[in-house]
Amino acid sequence: MADDVKALSAQLAQDPNSLVFLRLGEMLRLKGLLDAAHRVALNGLERHPHSADAHDLYARILADKGDFERAFDEWDMALRIAPTHLGALKGLAFLYFKVGDVAQAAAHLDLAQRAAPGDPSVEQALAMVRGGEAADAARGVGVASAPASPTAGAPPAAAAPMEDARVFAGLEGAEEGLLLLDSSGRVLGGTLRDPAGQDVSDAVAAYLAGVSQEAGRTAKLLGLGSWTGLAAEAGAGHVHLAQPTGDALLLVVRDRAVPMGRLAILAERAAQAARRWLEQQA
Amino acid sequence: MTAVAFQRALDLVTRVRGVRGAMLVELGDGVVVAEHLMEGIKGPAVAALAASLANRLGRAMEAAGLGAGVYWHLQASEGALLAVPAASGILVVAVTEPEVNVGLVRLELLRAAQAVT
Repeated sequence: MADDVKALSAQLAQDPNSLVFLRLGEMLRLKGLLDAAHRVALNGLERHPHSADAHDLYARILADKGDFERAFDEWDMALRIAPTHLGALKGLAFLYFKVGDVAQAAAHLDLAQRAAPGDPSVEQALAMVRGGEAADAARGVGVASAPASPTAGAPPAAAAPMEDARVFAGLEGAEEGLLLLDSSGRVLGGTLRDPAGQDVSDAVAAYLAGVSQEAGRTAKLLGLGSWTGLAAEAGAGHVHLAQPTGDALLLVVRDRAVPMGRLAILAERAAQAARRWLEQQA
Repeated sequence: MTAVAFQRALDLVTRVRGVRGAMLVELGDGVVVAEHLMEGIKGPAVAALAASLANRLGRAMEAAGLGAGVYWHLQASEGALLAVPAASGILVVAVTEPEVNVGLVRLELLRAAQAVT
């Protein structure tokens, strides 16, 4: 395999625009040379930003490194480019499974099965997801069991730490920094921690009770139509409030390094997830 | 500060293309200090709601350990309300069209906030 790596590296050096980086990156990933694979994938992505395969490769490497948030983004991007991309569907299924959202995992694997009928890896992953074998499901979708993750190798019950986290399964900051509440300030899902790590979800939710109505009345009085988002900057972070449904409010909190525009995109994704989750609960 | 000084601060904001109006609001009680709004807008009601929104969100951000709010942006389908608090406890508020240069309005709001401090 070392010779193959050398040969592929030489090919890539000869023609940096070729797609050989996909094979080289995957080979390095399988050998566990994740930093080298990461570099190859990133360089490839710079030259081929619209290649779903490149995003899929990068996502696999990120997942192997335990960076599931960014892996989710990359597989999500791959699916936007190629909606039936097998690797992306399997990868997202894996991430959903990791946080205990078996329904979403199975739904993505069903789509993968339709995209590639008879693919043994999909069938194996589906069987394992339905049977609840986390490590086997990960093998089925071709992703390492991510030793960096605290939930790696754990049974499904432990991989799904709590119902709250499932609301935002697979999203960036799914387990902190996202809070879903009802109009009376009760927490419906998600968790918010202050910089010291203390859970402040209930306190923050209580202060936000009634914000949705006030935002709506303000917009109406000013003839601005319906409100779509409320963003704010503070000394140590940025927040964005969205309204996934008429009587729910979603808060996304990030540090100041995350630009407000990026935060709005994150909030929109989280609002979609919250909307789906609320519909399932109804 | 004089009424003229307040008006100058408002002018910094309203001269930006796409800004429909601006107002200075006492953050503590939501009372209008000065305003330059479109015809038909109920300034006192908007001021009270804007101050209340800023206060609620401010308390939530403090509870989250993020510190004091320095900028608020309420986006709506047909425009936006942007606000910056001044050290004097006055909230500088702008009402904008949907296609406004938000970054520019934010800068002028910060300048106006400094002017009314």
